[in-house]
Amino acid sequence: MKRYSSALVMAAYLIFLLVPIYWLLNMSLKTNAEITSTFSLWPQNFTLRNYEVILTDPSWYMGYVNSIIYVVLNTVISITVALPAAYAFSRYSFMGDKHLFFWLLTNRMAPPAVFALPFFQLYSSVGLFDTHIAVALAHCLFNVPLAVWILEGFMRGVPKEIDETAYIDGYSFPRFFIRIFMPLIASGIGVAAFFCFMFSWVELLLSRTLTAVDAKPIAAIMTRTVSASGMDWGVLAAAGVLTILPGALVIWFVRNYIAKGFALGRV
Amino acid sequence: MTLELQDVTRSVNGRVQIHPTSLVLERGTMNVLLGPTLAGKTSLMRLMAGLDQPSAGRVLWNGADVTGQRVQDRGVAMVYQQFINYPGLTVYDNIASPLRILKRPAAEVDRAVRETAEMLRLTPMLGRKPLELSGGQQQRCALARALVKGAGLVLLDEPLANLDYKLREELRVEIPRIFEASGAIFVYATTEPEEALLLGGQTATLWEGRVTQIGPTTQVYRQPSDMVTARVFSDPPMNFASARIAQGQLILGDGATTAAQGAFSGLQDGEYTAGFRANHLNLSKVSENALGFPCKVLVTEITGSETYLHLSYAGQRWVALVHGVQQLAAGATISIWIDPRHIYLFDGSGTLAAPAGYALTEKAA
Repeated sequence: MKRYSSALVMAAYLIFLLVPIYWLLNMSLKTNAEITSTFSLWPQNFTLRNYEVILTDPSWYMGYVNSIIYVVLNTVISITVALPAAYAFSRYSFMGDKHLFFWLLTNRMAPPAVFALPFFQLYSSVGLFDTHIAVALAHCLFNVPLAVWILEGFMRGVPKEIDETAYIDGYSFPRFFIRIFMPLIASGIGVAAFFCFMFSWVELLLSRTLTAVDAKPIAAIMTRTVSASGMDWGVLAAAGVLTILPGALVIWFVRNYIAKGFALGRV
Repeated sequence: MTLELQDVTRSVNGRVQIHPTSLVLERGTMNVLLGPTLAGKTSLMRLMAGLDQPSAGRVLWNGADVTGQRVQDRGVAMVYQQFINYPGLTVYDNIASPLRILKRPAAEVDRAVRETAEMLRLTPMLGRKPLELSGGQQQRCALARALVKGAGLVLLDEPLANLDYKLREELRVEIPRIFEASGAIFVYATTEPEEALLLGGQTATLWEGRVTQIGPTTQVYRQPSDMVTARVFSDPPMNFASARIAQGQLILGDGATTAAQGAFSGLQDGEYTAGFRANHLNLSKVSENALGFPCKVLVTEITGSETYLHLSYAGQRWVALVHGVQQLAAGATISIWIDPRHIYLFDGSGTLAAPAGYALTEKAA
């Protein structure tokens, strides 16, 4: 009896989670007429036209390209900056290190909307408006502290004696860091990169504020598809499905690291 | 090859870790740093290695001042208490890494790695990762990495402390052999007097950041220069009792009296402290003029071939190490016998006034 009830709860939970996603997929494979006229659990007139629209129209698919460009840029910048910072926090004690570490974290507490206006003005004035790097840099505000925080936890788990042994063996600092140290915290780097990727991928407000045409992200395009001819429901649903995919792919590849990260680090 | 410390001190945040210390370590010597935890063994080693900089004083290597030199350029090797290897590399690559950094030819690296691995019995494990090995093997891998580059100074910081009993004994026998083969200056930190005696060479005893005595190991053991050294270099720590010399008589504790002979005969009348090691206390009257003390048994610890008796005599805690299994009830009063030849006398400041008679007659082996 107990077994059945727990299975029931699990099933209910899964349905609750998956129904919206299924409905999105369902809609993306229907025609607009079917979506607006009838209620059907699966597509009556199965069509791939919606996907065809997105994958052939540059104003649609460039949204994905733009998003991926700035997300990857941001992830690379965040990790590159966070690695030395986290190393310093984990290995040295300096004046105000604890305050600085906490201050880094507080950067995550402010809603992005707070920064939208100053960022817009500043980036416009230096000519970075509507560029990929602008969005990538803006997202660093949230992702660098997060990456530092995650990496510091992993680095602290590596005994300091390994650093010293490497120096005694003759390793210079850069060589030690790249050859010995980074492989040791590879899963930490994986976890940090994953979180940077995810936050940057789902963030909408800053990326929309800082772009107009050339670097417009997919999430912004999706929210602007109310055209004169009304809502193109099917295409919108297909865009949604395609937006879920990169995240799902990344999760699939780093899932083992994430599990380890949750167990070891401080995620 | 010599390592010389000249008045080296180190303090961190106003707290002194190492008081002014001067030492000269010669080529091909085994040097033991003996002291309890927090005595400054590791701090002193880190100064020798160049991992830390002295607050004052100089470090000389072959007469050249290397005080401010980077540790990478020092040509030292170090093994930690924890088994420190590069987890991502195989045992082979671990051992090879110092040589590869030095850009030695591949053939030479390979030969040196295999030779060192053979000496440390790691040959069958060369392809494995360090974390797949037992603790003893991991530490042997760390030793191999320290030895392979032929460093002139090899620092071993309690290398056996984290090993279990059997592995420790096994490796302890190997270290002198490895040392013989290397010809380097070895510095070996340990908390255990027994280890110092097994390794031989010379011993420096440390206490609260000071080197209290340095000399050939057996000499330091037999003739500790003061009470602190005697306590550090005895396991269990040396027992003490108040003593007095008056009119050619040595009076211990509550009145056990014997003639002040031998080394004691030249001493002035006055108050002293008598010291004697646990293994020199006996349950029976061992010699003609042995002194007897009524002691209260506090605890008995039976290890098998030996028994540790924790005793109380005139407010002092003593430990006696006696042979065989001795079942003594706690609280019982027993007689403990000491041969006067096993008694050291320290003066009021704790300095050795007269060594025990046996230490003078039996020459250090």
